[in-house]
Amino acid sequence: MSIEQREARQPWILLAPALTAIGLLLIVPLMFIVVYSFWLKSAAGADTPGFFLDNWTEALTDRFYRDILLNTLKIAAITTIACALLGYPAAYFISRSKGNKMILLLLLMLPFWISYIIRTMSWINILGVSGALNSAMIYVGIIDEPIQMLYNQTTVILGLVHFLLPFMVLNIFVSLDGIDTNLEDAASSLGATRWQGFLQVTLPLSLPGLAAGGLLCFVLSAGTYITPVILGGPRDAMFANLVYEAIIRQLNWPLGSALSLLLLVVLGVLVLIYNRYLGMAQLAKGLG
Amino acid sequence: MGWRLIRTYTILVYLFMFLPIVVVVLLSFNANQFGSFPMTGLSTRWFEALWNNDAILRAFRTSIVLGLMTATISTVLGVLASLALVRYKIPGRNLITTLLIAPILVPEVVLAVALLLFLNFLNIGKSFTLLLAGHVIFTLPFVILVVQARLVSIRRDVEEAALSLGASPMQTFFSVTLPLLMPAVAAGGLFAFTISFDDITGTLFWKPGGIETVPTQIFSMLRNSISPEINALGTVIIVLTVGLPLIGVAVARILATKSGA
Repeated sequence: MSIEQREARQPWILLAPALTAIGLLLIVPLMFIVVYSFWLKSAAGADTPGFFLDNWTEALTDRFYRDILLNTLKIAAITTIACALLGYPAAYFISRSKGNKMILLLLLMLPFWISYIIRTMSWINILGVSGALNSAMIYVGIIDEPIQMLYNQTTVILGLVHFLLPFMVLNIFVSLDGIDTNLEDAASSLGATRWQGFLQVTLPLSLPGLAAGGLLCFVLSAGTYITPVILGGPRDAMFANLVYEAIIRQLNWPLGSALSLLLLVVLGVLVLIYNRYLGMAQLAKGLG
Repeated sequence: MGWRLIRTYTILVYLFMFLPIVVVVLLSFNANQFGSFPMTGLSTRWFEALWNNDAILRAFRTSIVLGLMTATISTVLGVLASLALVRYKIPGRNLITTLLIAPILVPEVVLAVALLLFLNFLNIGKSFTLLLAGHVIFTLPFVILVVQARLVSIRRDVEEAALSLGASPMQTFFSVTLPLLMPAVAAGGLFAFTISFDDITGTLFWKPGGIETVPTQIFSMLRNSISPEINALGTVIIVLTVGLPLIGVAVARILATKSGA
């Protein structure tokens, strides 16, 4: 073998373990559940192979599933918008502050490191009947009886925003930090007010970061399983809860496959649109 | 918008982020037997209860072993792949990168179902190995992103200098590239450990009966009620997870200054 051939083979040898892992543990299983979603449920573990459209018909036409899918997308959208509204000014402050930016950023990332389930559960400590907020309001005298604030759609969104906000801030920060601040000065020297300068120069340049953060928030909240279980009421199930019910509780694996693929397709379209206009490199920047 | 307004707004955002954490720590020292306000006094009884709770200690052991194995495997795979992607011109580089970071974008629940059903089809049931495989897939993209970012900034010249002085590619990697890459390797490994330690959705699908990790243990405890013991456990985790990355960052900085990069 020539040296050139050896050279050409080296990167593939380095990539082989990672690609094999992704291939065997992600790509092949995904293709497998595409096939599986056309099988028919019989006894658990002994489903009938074949090409039946029953699961897909059920997943696509049952109003119950459609309502929960739409509700899931709605919750994800509200969460994303809330994260953007909370995260943008904070990211702007961090990127333009005179102090130590990295310390400020690290501080905001700290909650991100703390266990997701602990952070989710902690809202019960705050909003519960004998939680911090009720106790404080009774102490001050605003209310006489504790109010039930938990276990509804709003608390689910609150939990998701708390979980995902660091992702949003990090992505917007990376974008803002890469913008030359001289551009804003140039805008103001040309007669723009600070606000105009921001709207016409800084904001457009930071949109890729906002989009990357938004995509992550949306995809992660639309796929969430735990938050609605802990912070939602009985009627606040999201799509991932349906998948869990079908697979683990009812052992209806073909239907569970169809439902999880439906979720993947809906979110996949979004990722493809994003990739078409901004590319994955932008996303990689905000995650590293 | 004035600068002061933005500052106030940012402070409120920070308060929002830290409020739940403060409350957990506060309540874990509550003497009251219900984990709720008003607090009746300070006590460490819930930490003692935690220390004597075998189920939780077992879950801790499982999570730590799982996290360490996940971090090791992910870091090795991630460093190799990053080297190939950054140091070589390969066709389809973008496609491969997308493929390798795909697990971040596939909803966790979908990934969990796919892997579970596929391995079940192959007659490989739920086991610790399945749990480990799943965690590696979750964490690999993060390791690759962190390591790649660092590798791009390490100049090719130093490697070429080593090679021209007669070092083999292996020697060059271990005595030049790897030491320079160490901060990213440490950060990536820490990332992988933390994500694995924190994961719950995938773990719920993959864990065999009888094995609990810390998050699934907390999850099953939450079904009854929120006991002060959970808050104490929360405090321990907060100290560990905030302390560990901070130490990690400090170590990475020291290593970075030592290696002169």
